[in-house]
This record gives sequence, structure tokens and C-alpha cells, in this order.
Amino acid sequence: MKLWLAVLIASASCAALKLAGFVVPARLLESAVARRILEALPVTLLSALISVSVFATGNHLMLDSRAAGLAVALILVAIRAPFLVVVVAACATAAGVHAL
Amino acid sequence: MSEPPADEHPLTDASRKAAERRIRNRALTIGISVTPFGLSFGAVSVEAHLSVVQVCLLSLVLFSGASQFALVSIIGAGGSYFSAVGTALLLGVRNGLYAARINALLRPSGWRRFVMAEVTIDESTAMALSEAPSGNAARAFWSTALSVYVLWNVSTVIGALVGNALGSPATTGLDVAGPAAFVALLAPRLTTLRMRMVALASGLIALVTVPVVPVGAPILIGGLTAVALLLVFDR
Repeated sequence: MKLWLAVLIASASCAALKLAGFVVPARLLESAVARRILEALPVTLLSALISVSVFATGNHLMLDSRAAGLAVALILVAIRAPFLVVVVAACATAAGVHAL
Repeated sequence: MSEPPADEHPLTDASRKAAERRIRNRALTIGISVTPFGLSFGAVSVEAHLSVVQVCLLSLVLFSGASQFALVSIIGAGGSYFSAVGTALLLGVRNGLYAARINALLRPSGWRRFVMAEVTIDESTAMALSEAPSGNAARAFWSTALSVYVLWNVSTVIGALVGNALGSPATTGLDVAGPAAFVALLAPRLTTLRMRMVALASGLIALVTVPVVPVGAPILIGGLTAVALLLVFDR
């Protein structure tokens, strides 16, 4: 039930954010501070998301097979490998290390 | 623009056809390029115990890859719904900025605004802006939007159905599908040293808070603190 609520609220509010851009006066979004925040926000959130989903389980910090998967993903992205290759190789590495 | 003289029609006709073909091909390529992401999103979502219907709803209505992935990753990790929805929302804020640019460029009215808003994402915005000088922004926007919308939703369903058939996230390595996808999304944005430092700071702050705050919250704390630090240091 709560999961449904989360799905519905996230869907509706993210859709509303897109619509807001068509309604809110553009100059509000074009201010220097707003632009800097909007540029940095996806970067910081994605980075935090990566570090937490790799190095944490619940409230504990952990170093396990996921770190190996991340290392492979970083290397492959650095050499501009296609998206599918990055994800599959990272998963395969993590699964392999986990099985050891 | 005035009407071109009659004898120039074949030429403009040919160049118009070439532009249409170029846009169609690029839109299709971009659509195909999101399908691996859609597949992994679907698979990760069912691992996070979302139903196939819920996964489809997210792709149909929320329709923004990074927000969708963040939502299900945090839920899957046992984080609070507040952190999950909050992170998805903050990642979705950039679509509002894109929408303002698209609005200024294409000036839609009435019901078109609603349809246009729904499909205003990274890909459609980038294509519209890149074709603006050639006067084909609207065509580029709609072609890319249609291509990505259809292929994203199709790949999401397939991913969810396949994910249902797979084993536990750790044994299949699916627990790094999300992080690997995020690395690929993040990399193109790390163009300056400043952005790299901010990303690093955010990741470290998030990790430091892991033992002391509720699950899921470190992402919001790391993300927002790093942005605040950036603003302070920029002054």
C-alpha cells in the first residue's frame, strides 16, 4: 500500500515538475544561483547514490563484491564502452567475486 | 522567411528530405541507446519488490530514467519512502529547467503543453536544441520523444519480466546494475575539476552519515550538502 503511494506520488510530482517548466517564468530558472544548483544537483545525487549502494548495507559500511563491480564499471566508462557492456560486465564481475 | 523562387524548389526539397532522414535516424539511435538502461531498470525494480504494473506506471508517467532508478534503488536497499521519493524528485528538477527551454523554443499552447511536458527529458531536449539552428527543433523534439518513450517502456516491461525469472541480486550481480548505470549517467557531467570534486565530496559525505541516519537519507544529505558547499565556495 505504502509502496503504491510512493510510486504514485513520485510519478505525479516528477510529471508536475516537467509541466512547471512550461508555466513558471523562465527568468526564475535562469538566475545564476538556480542554474548552478540545477547543474550540480544530478551530479551530487548520482554520486551519493553510487557510493551508498556500493559501500553500504542498511546502516553498515561494507566492502564486498559490489566494489569489484563498481571498479569494472568505472574503468569501462572511462574507456567509453557502450552502456550495455558497462552494466553486464559490472554485474558479471560482482557475481563472480560473490561466488568466490 | 520569404518563399524561395520556383527554380530552387528541388534543392530545398532535397535538403528538407535529408534533414528529415537525419532526424529520424538520430531519434531511432537515441531510442535504441536507452533500451539497456530500461532493461536494467525493469530487472532492478522487481528485485526491489515492485510489481510489474508499478514498474510500468513509473515508465509511463514518471518517465525519467535517473529518477526512476534512484527511487527503486533506495526502496530496494530498505530506505524510507520519503528518501526514495525525495531523491527522485530532486533528480527530476532538471526536467523543469529543460521544459522552460523547450517552452521558449517551441511555444506550445493548450493540450500540447501537457503532452510536451511529459516527454521533456534529457534526450528530447538535447535533440531539439541541437536542431534549433536548422529550424527543425519541433520535428527533432517529437521524433526523439516518441522513439525514447516507446522503446523505454517496451524495454522496461521486458526487464521486469526477465528480472522476475532471475535469482537473488547478489548471486546475479544485479546489486551493481544500478551503480553501474549511475556511473554511466554521471560520467558525461563530470566535465570540470570542480564538478569532480563536488561529486567526490557528495559520495564521501553520504558514506560518513550511513551509520548514523536512517537508510536512504545519506543520499539526500550527501547530495544537498555538496551543492551547498559548492555555493559557499563559489562566493
